[in-house]
Amino acid sequence: MLELIVISTLNGVLFGMLLFLLSSGLTVIFSMMGVLNFAHASFYMLGAFFGYQISRWVGFWPALILAPLLVGALGMAVERYGLRQTHKHGHVAELLLTFGLAFAIEQVVQMIWGKLPMDYRVPELLDFPAFTIFSTNYPAYKMFMLLVSVVIFIALLIILKRTRVGLIVQAALTHPSMVAHLGHNVGRVFMLVFGVGTALAAVAGVIAGPALVTQSDMAALLGPILFVVVVVGGLGSLPGAFFASLLIGLVQTFAVSMNGSLASMFGPLDPSIGPSLLTDVWNVTIAQIAPILPYVLLVLVLIVRPMGLMGTRET
Amino acid sequence: MTNAIEIRAVEKAFGNVRIIQDLNLTVAKGERHAIIGPNGAGKSTTFNLISGHITPTSGEITLNGERISGLRPFEINRRGLSRSFQVTNVFAKMTVWENIRCAVLWATGQRYAFWKNVDNLPEVRRRTAEILEDIHLTHRRDVPAGLLTYAEQRELEIGITIAGGANVIMLDEPTAGMSNTETDRAVALIRRLTEGRTLVIVEHDMSVVFGLADRISVLVYGNIIASGTPEEIRGNPKVKEAYLGEEEH
Amino acid sequence: MTELTSRAPTPTDAAPGRNIGFYAAWGIFILAVILLPLIFRSGGSHTTFSLIGIAAIFALSYNILLGQTGLLSFGHAVYYGLGGFLAIHGMNAIAAHGLPVPLPFVPLIGGFAGLVFAVVIGWVSTQRAGTVFAMISLGIGELVASSSLILRSFFGGEAGITTNRTDLPALFGWNFGPQIQVYYLIGFWLVISAIAMYALTRTPLGRMCNAVRDNPERVQFIGYDPHVIRYLSFCFAGFFAGIAGALAAINFEIANAAYLGAVQSGVVLFATFIGGVSYFFGPILGAVVVTMLQLELSDVTTVWQLYFGIIFIGIVMYAPGGLASLLMMHRPLIRAGTLSAILPAYLIAIVPTILFACGVILTIEILAAYSQGNAGSSTIRLFRIPFEAANPMTWLVAAVLTIGGFFVARMTWRGVTAAWDRAMMAARERGYHA
Repeated sequence: MLELIVISTLNGVLFGMLLFLLSSGLTVIFSMMGVLNFAHASFYMLGAFFGYQISRWVGFWPALILAPLLVGALGMAVERYGLRQTHKHGHVAELLLTFGLAFAIEQVVQMIWGKLPMDYRVPELLDFPAFTIFSTNYPAYKMFMLLVSVVIFIALLIILKRTRVGLIVQAALTHPSMVAHLGHNVGRVFMLVFGVGTALAAVAGVIAGPALVTQSDMAALLGPILFVVVVVGGLGSLPGAFFASLLIGLVQTFAVSMNGSLASMFGPLDPSIGPSLLTDVWNVTIAQIAPILPYVLLVLVLIVRPMGLMGTRET
Repeated sequence: MTNAIEIRAVEKAFGNVRIIQDLNLTVAKGERHAIIGPNGAGKSTTFNLISGHITPTSGEITLNGERISGLRPFEINRRGLSRSFQVTNVFAKMTVWENIRCAVLWATGQRYAFWKNVDNLPEVRRRTAEILEDIHLTHRRDVPAGLLTYAEQRELEIGITIAGGANVIMLDEPTAGMSNTETDRAVALIRRLTEGRTLVIVEHDMSVVFGLADRISVLVYGNIIASGTPEEIRGNPKVKEAYLGEEEH
Repeated sequence: MTELTSRAPTPTDAAPGRNIGFYAAWGIFILAVILLPLIFRSGGSHTTFSLIGIAAIFALSYNILLGQTGLLSFGHAVYYGLGGFLAIHGMNAIAAHGLPVPLPFVPLIGGFAGLVFAVVIGWVSTQRAGTVFAMISLGIGELVASSSLILRSFFGGEAGITTNRTDLPALFGWNFGPQIQVYYLIGFWLVISAIAMYALTRTPLGRMCNAVRDNPERVQFIGYDPHVIRYLSFCFAGFFAGIAGALAAINFEIANAAYLGAVQSGVVLFATFIGGVSYFFGPILGAVVVTMLQLELSDVTTVWQLYFGIIFIGIVMYAPGGLASLLMMHRPLIRAGTLSAILPAYLIAIVPTILFACGVILTIEILAAYSQGNAGSSTIRLFRIPFEAANPMTWLVAAVLTIGGFFVARMTWRGVTAAWDRAMMAARERGYHA
């Protein structure tokens, strides 16, 4: 039992940090540019697939550098030639553009790599158990993932708090129009922010690929959870995104490992009650509803506190 | 006789910053009351407090004796208070006719009716035509509001504000950005349309203020420093020092 | 959030077109619904028309939210799907208990289901508009779709629930076995629903929906609660979506989790948007185009969904008012008689544009052939000209058409813009603004 809790906590924190890598970019893009990038998870997926392909050609470590750069460049191009063009048509158009982009990227990935999972392997250097808790081996690769996430998190923190660019980004998180008025080349800042945001998503993809499944439905599975994180944490709040990422990472990981249900607590229903809605609800396990828990949370938060846990803006 | 509007000890803080502190104001029924003051004094905030856009941190606001602080804007509007906006706030895609028609729908009791054809309501049509005539925009009735000239938009703005038949009208800088001729036209319009109603107006143009108002209140740093007839205000040394400065009017 | 949906000018509306044109348009619409299956007699055509009819009702219901009230929903399929499921269960119950309810009344069951769920879910969903509303709709959509796999007794799990529409009592000798009878049932409900939804736009509620879309703040200061307006709009949208879902259930004789899912919500968004949100007939046009694309493209290429996505992106970027606004924007030119001035420019621009499109298609198909691993034997048929996917000549042609076509097309479209400006000015001088 204790073993389960420790392992689940480790995995939950790991998943949470991964979510934060993704949601930090999404939050900054949303705060600065007002567009909720529907395609953010798609860039994560591209990172995983590019990482896979490049590591097949030249190895994992070059892939770790090259794939995010490629995806970041792609992101900048999307901002420059796509979003900027649609900006004049309003926020709905921008949102729909990213929506269409997410769809198109999934189709392209399916076309090039197919629908089956890729054999994206953990690099040999890291393919050993880091430590053994009780009777389970915890893989070194996962510790590596945690390390990379934490390093990037600290780097982000330093950039935000100690550099000029960071200051501008912080200001733009709550007062984007003012940043423009102060004379900064808003276009270039946007392009940079979008590029860095998508590159971060790609890094998450490159390192998550071997551990989680690298498959063409990655984006569609992770995308909605990402929005839950951003909304629950608060649109426009980086600390909120951090806490929400950890919260949801832990909740999902724990829920998946729990097999409790109303039936296991109170005993089975009288078998003479045939299959019905009641029996379905009675017998469903927590593990089965784990995938929908984030949405329950999303709906609750949006109803009770639309600005999220720590948000500063509503739309 | 109950006052149209009473503001008692109202305070408004955003975080740690107190924009409005210990605000007290009384507007009598049928009175034309102007609020003047330097930029940043809190005039728009005061308007927003009265119309329900924001809620006072403490204190009370009443309308015709009934407490309205804390109510939502549409609830306050239904109790007979209507306001215009500093930045023109019309329905830009709809025609002038449609703008005014929307503004009369609630007052003519249409509510959320989804079983009536809005073109077949004679009372709605009559009132819309009447108001269009009042604001002299009948000849522009089919033009999308976004395509009107600036002055015409401001007139439409006033029209929408009075269309619902509210008896307390609040106008936020209605003549901002107008030329002298346009201003004179607007003032004549305002005087005519608010006959018999209570008017609260925020203005920077002193000729408008002194020409239109029965009473004037001066707002500086979130506080009313003086309130009285135009002559009293003109002669008040505190006001001269804080606001009017060297102006000769 | 409102700029896009309110960007196209509403046709001036003081006493809206109660003229010949208006009644003619509706007359043509009704005639088309009645006559099309008699002109195109094959079973395949009847199926196609049935699918278009269902999609049209669904898209019109979606536009009550998006085009009329400015609410972007990513989960509208919930009401479509729940309408379908309740209709299926209703049909099975009617057949099992021998109730005297003929098939034509079943869509009302679907509509009722859609309405009930919209009433329950709608109040909290519509508290805020804009991005928050979109996210709530996404969350609820995912919630319901995932729940459908858990609540197997009602939703039938992966397999869904089936029914037999001929088991219901016949009406005037029709048992609705043949596709053409199902088509006329769908056509009937399409006409009724379209008239009802149009009538809704002419009511005080309908006008206030537009007002809320354009300026929710001002709406409060003319006495209306924007929340109530959005909520009522949401309920109507749910009702008509339920009707569409029930008709789908009748047509396919099955309802499954796909009815409720994100893909279905996405398709109706595509259809409505591509058709055009600013005009009442836009969603109908979009439903026709998208359904045809879905059916025809999938026969011609394996990557038809990619083309779908590219078309959608193209519309978002270059014609966000949709096909309807592209058509209607020529109206002042037609009335002023200056349309002929731009036709030559269009003709000149069409050629490089088509060539560019061919280049893109070739490129995509080559890539697709290679990914599927059968490039060696793969032939791409473009306008009946065969291109060998593995032949370097094909690659060259694709490259030239794409790159060359792009630059030439760009130049010619500048010419179109210039010709357009001249024609519009001429039209304005003659007094035609819209």
